[in-house]
Amino acid sequence: MQYQADVTIELKSGMLDPEGTTIKRALEHLGYKTDSVKTAKKYTIDLQAENIHDAREIVEQMCQKLIANPIIHNYAISLRELQ
Amino acid sequence: MSIGIVQFGGSNCDLDVLHVLKDVLGVDAELVWYKEEDLSRFDGIVVPGGFSYGDYLRAGAIAARTPVMSSIKTLAEAGKPVIGICNGFQILTESGLLDGALTTNNYPKFKCESTLLRVETTDTPFTSKFKKGEVVSIPIAHMEGNFYADEETLSRLEDNGQVAFRYVDKEGKVTDEANPNGSQENIAGIVSAKKNVLGMMPHPERASEEILGSKDGIRIFESMVEFISKN
Repeated sequence: MQYQADVTIELKSGMLDPEGTTIKRALEHLGYKTDSVKTAKKYTIDLQAENIHDAREIVEQMCQKLIANPIIHNYAISLRELQ
Repeated sequence: MSIGIVQFGGSNCDLDVLHVLKDVLGVDAELVWYKEEDLSRFDGIVVPGGFSYGDYLRAGAIAARTPVMSSIKTLAEAGKPVIGICNGFQILTESGLLDGALTTNNYPKFKCESTLLRVETTDTPFTSKFKKGEVVSIPIAHMEGNFYADEETLSRLEDNGQVAFRYVDKEGKVTDEANPNGSQENIAGIVSAKKNVLGMMPHPERASEEILGSKDGIRIFESMVEFISKN
């Protein structure tokens, strides 16, 4: 089966997010007041797996071994079957 | 004695380090391509600065997972000295050889400037030629040099004397103004628990000859060479 995973990587809460802070300031220059702006990265991965559980397990391993740095990041995986 | 300097696609301080080791110190040194799996002929390793793999994903993340790294880990476990400079420091933290992580500077800009560092310990293979508390001038050039570790890791680093260098002012004081990137506790360089692996953001190879404005960096390489000769 073919699956598509959206992996979202974000900084753990409490960590400095200088890019988010800069964007927040720029929004203020445009007149938009916000409580906070956080940046995240999204990776879209297409892969083959026997079933959705296997696909999730494989993508979890990808996140732990490479895509996220567990010291600074949280990650979330959203999976769907491709027709 | 032979020191290996590891090259990844995108390394750009490799030749500077080679020049300092061979031409300034007169030590046998050799460039090593990242596909090499056997580094056992070397007595020490330098992972130089640059932008390995274009800093894709995260600075140092891809280089940290190349074949040469398992051989570097073997050498490090055997007690041989390994130094990672700038991108090399990022690679060593990403590979787990050093604690913490290097994230985007608190002011998110590439900073290339002279910095003053305080030598926090002389009890490492890289700092024996300094005096404890001495203030030295070594430049930085990075955008992801903001050292981060959780509270538990930070206190372990402090308690074990693993902080090698801190950014300070002229008087040797740790201040926010002297901190170029937002690093926790102004940390500029740390060593591993066994102290034979050093990672630092400043570039000692760019402060190794009088003509460059500072010779303070050469003492890091001299300390490393002396450590190798004695062991």
